[in-house]
Amino acid sequence: MTEAPTPAPPPLPEAGTDAAPVNFVERYGLLQRSGGVATALITASLAFLIGGLVVLATGHNPLSAYREIFNGTGLNWLFPWVNGTDRTFAAMNLQQTLLKATPLMLTGLAVAFAFRCGMFNIGGQGQYTVGTIVGVWVGSSWAGIPGPAHIVLAIVLASLAGAFFAGVAGLLKATVGAHEVISTIMLNWVAFYVGSYAFGLGGPLQNSTNVSVPISNDIATNAHLYVFWGDPILQGLHIGFFIAIGALVAYWVVLNRTTLGYEVRAVGFNAEAARYGGINVARSYVTAMAISGLFAGLAGAIDILGWQFRVGQLDVQASNIGFTGIAVALLGRNTAVGVFFSALLFGGLINGTSGRHLSADVFPPQLAGNLTLIIQGLIILFIGADVLVLYLWQRAKRLRAGKTPGAVEVGT
Amino acid sequence: MGPDAPVVLELAGITKRFPGIIANDHVDFDLRAHEVHALLGENGAGKSTLMNILYGLYRPDEGEIRINGKLAHFTSSKDAIEAGIGMVHQHFMLIPVMTVAENIVLAVEPTRAGVLFDVGAAADRVREIAEQFKFTIDPYARIQNLSVGQQQRVEILKALYRKADILILDEPTAVLTPQEARELFGILQRLKAEGMSIIFISHKLNEALEIADRITVLRRGVKIDTIPREGATEASLARMMVGRDVLLTVEKTPGVPGKPLLEVAGLEVFDDRGLEVVKGVSLTVHAGEIVGLAGIDGNGQEELIDALTGLRKAHAGSIRIAGEESSGDSAREMLETGVGHIPVDRQRRGLVLDFSLAENLALRDFRHAPNSRLGWLFPNRLVARARKLLKEFDVRGGVPQTRAGMLSGGNQQKVVLAREIDRDPKVLVAGQPTRGLDVGAIEFVHRRLLSERDEGRAILLVSLELDEILSLSDRILVIYEGRIVGEFPPTVSEEELGLAMTGGGRGSGEEAA
Repeated sequence: MTEAPTPAPPPLPEAGTDAAPVNFVERYGLLQRSGGVATALITASLAFLIGGLVVLATGHNPLSAYREIFNGTGLNWLFPWVNGTDRTFAAMNLQQTLLKATPLMLTGLAVAFAFRCGMFNIGGQGQYTVGTIVGVWVGSSWAGIPGPAHIVLAIVLASLAGAFFAGVAGLLKATVGAHEVISTIMLNWVAFYVGSYAFGLGGPLQNSTNVSVPISNDIATNAHLYVFWGDPILQGLHIGFFIAIGALVAYWVVLNRTTLGYEVRAVGFNAEAARYGGINVARSYVTAMAISGLFAGLAGAIDILGWQFRVGQLDVQASNIGFTGIAVALLGRNTAVGVFFSALLFGGLINGTSGRHLSADVFPPQLAGNLTLIIQGLIILFIGADVLVLYLWQRAKRLRAGKTPGAVEVGT
Repeated sequence: MGPDAPVVLELAGITKRFPGIIANDHVDFDLRAHEVHALLGENGAGKSTLMNILYGLYRPDEGEIRINGKLAHFTSSKDAIEAGIGMVHQHFMLIPVMTVAENIVLAVEPTRAGVLFDVGAAADRVREIAEQFKFTIDPYARIQNLSVGQQQRVEILKALYRKADILILDEPTAVLTPQEARELFGILQRLKAEGMSIIFISHKLNEALEIADRITVLRRGVKIDTIPREGATEASLARMMVGRDVLLTVEKTPGVPGKPLLEVAGLEVFDDRGLEVVKGVSLTVHAGEIVGLAGIDGNGQEELIDALTGLRKAHAGSIRIAGEESSGDSAREMLETGVGHIPVDRQRRGLVLDFSLAENLALRDFRHAPNSRLGWLFPNRLVARARKLLKEFDVRGGVPQTRAGMLSGGNQQKVVLAREIDRDPKVLVAGQPTRGLDVGAIEFVHRRLLSERDEGRAILLVSLELDEILSLSDRILVIYEGRIVGEFPPTVSEEELGLAMTGGGRGSGEEAA
């Protein structure tokens, strides 16, 4: 009640939060607030820069390697001057990139949604695996059902399976306080071994005609998702891409336009204040984990129905779509738009560095696939090292601020 | 001491701008040898900015710093430390798992043979300094086992170890109990006697009057005046701080109690460790009445508040809200029944600091129309409601979209108050509603609580500030070790209340404390 309006408090001193962030989720929350889209760009650029140094160390030109990778992603299709056979190949490459990015958007959301509720879902991989198991089981059974119904059934059951699987971790946290990082990691192994058993020799879902290969039955032909771009024989882009886009929209709507999303965000930012607001925090944990698992299970289903059509024991064991989803969410800063672009980035990297795109004189093939992992690891490292990125960012800002006219040095 | 003492530190024409605001506008400040100089101002007046400039954490846009007459140019706090300036921050910079001695010598460790940390020498040196200034502290105690007051002493020792002769204390009493504050003042007097010069930052008038030799008042980044303590009064200082006359005690008409709205009988509550801390509390608050619950911190007040608001299950006893049996209700049921709650800790519990003000104002009502319908949230309506409430409760420094964490403490508290009062509660449980607020904001909160009382609400005021209890309450209850040990009219003397708060019986108060 002062007589003239009090000015807004200065941004640096006396701003509200004064407790130092202690754990990863809190520190990451700080990072999220601090730099907008810029820190994500800095993080990715740093990772590419160091990835380039690795290429340089192997005696190759990083610029031409990156150009080759870029062309391998098919993104050159966007340039109007690319035509003829180059354009045909670019289109095929871009289809592959989007095919890879589609499940990454969903597993990215699986991590992002839990994060908004203050939890770190490491279990996207297990939830994805459960989705593929249920998807291939439903898709390869009941061949008599009409195609659209079969597709819907497979997608719904696989998503629910993922939701249930993640919900277990949420329930453990809500009831006995088991940390979700630990329980989701353990659940990943449960999914890993269930899948290995189910598709292994003599397993319940192993191929019924060819009993010597550890692989599932093919799903019914009429349960394949429609390919809208490219040749279905050559793995064109299926409509699961639009399902993923729809999931991104749903993610934003649920978080920002529903009371459920309000509760999830309140719990994620400050569980004690949420409790004070009458929110059932334990139930929010279960719900948020289940929705996370729903996204990952959906990713599994549309990979099966869209282009894989079958699952082998080795696929279960070698897949890392769920783990890459962690990097996608971190880089995408848990926003729908951010997850879209970072899924595109990682999908492009995976596709662009695959051996068939790179000639050995540009790039050592044994390094090609690993470069994706190196860049992915560096991105996670830099996000973990938020202090460094923040420091560089604040410093850059301060340098700019220091150059404003009227600033006078003291003691000169 | 006295006006003839040499000036050891001079800040001249200090100006610091942040985007959209001038935090310090040509501020002059000087510190003489052997004096305690209080820097007084409301939250956001620019006190911390000025001291952070002096400590080398910010660079001023204009102005100069002189130490003992010599121009100083600080680029980091390291330069300030070398110039003999020590600072004790509000939030301590100590490592909990390390010992007192280890913390004090950190970064300037005594060594043996050049490389080995000499634990014994460190402890000896710490003991030596502690004895010189008559501190009682065990150099080998771990920080995590010390009380807040002791930790603050370690911070002061850290500055002394680094040979500081100018000591800056930033709101040092904000984290202390009244007893610890007393001890701190004793320490400051001894430091002064030993030749230190001290800058004491505060927004509490009585503290400045008690400890300072001179007082400088800042208001909205501008220095208003520097005056000697002699002749200054709380009223004159408050006027300088706020810019108008402030009523330090609100005028109150006697309440007109109606029918009982909050009835508690035989309530027993356990704390997080499973110990019984509320041991059979019975109390009644009527409509149109403020009942003050006085007591020393940690006598079961927080657990009692939790039980009354459904945030903690009571072990036994009954709670009736407007005649309706409500014991065992969840937090949500309690707030739907009509219990408003101003939490003791507004940053940890009362607000989601990362939420916008609009979202915070809906924290207790987002499930209901018009905020939402069938699970759909209407952000536009949240914003419209926030715009109305921010105006009505005079919240400064933010629009509905502002993050709650960006507001000053007083304005944050107004947001909490607005939310709880707008829900039209029958019963309002107010936990230390003016904690950490400056005089202007305190006046606002007090007036609002009284007008809500006159609206016919039943208000339970739980506070550690005796002044507040005495000036607002219609009846005063005293809680001690989980029991209500006395009931007093608001005309009771502070001494009598204090006695009851430390164990009841006349004459036995001293030992029980």
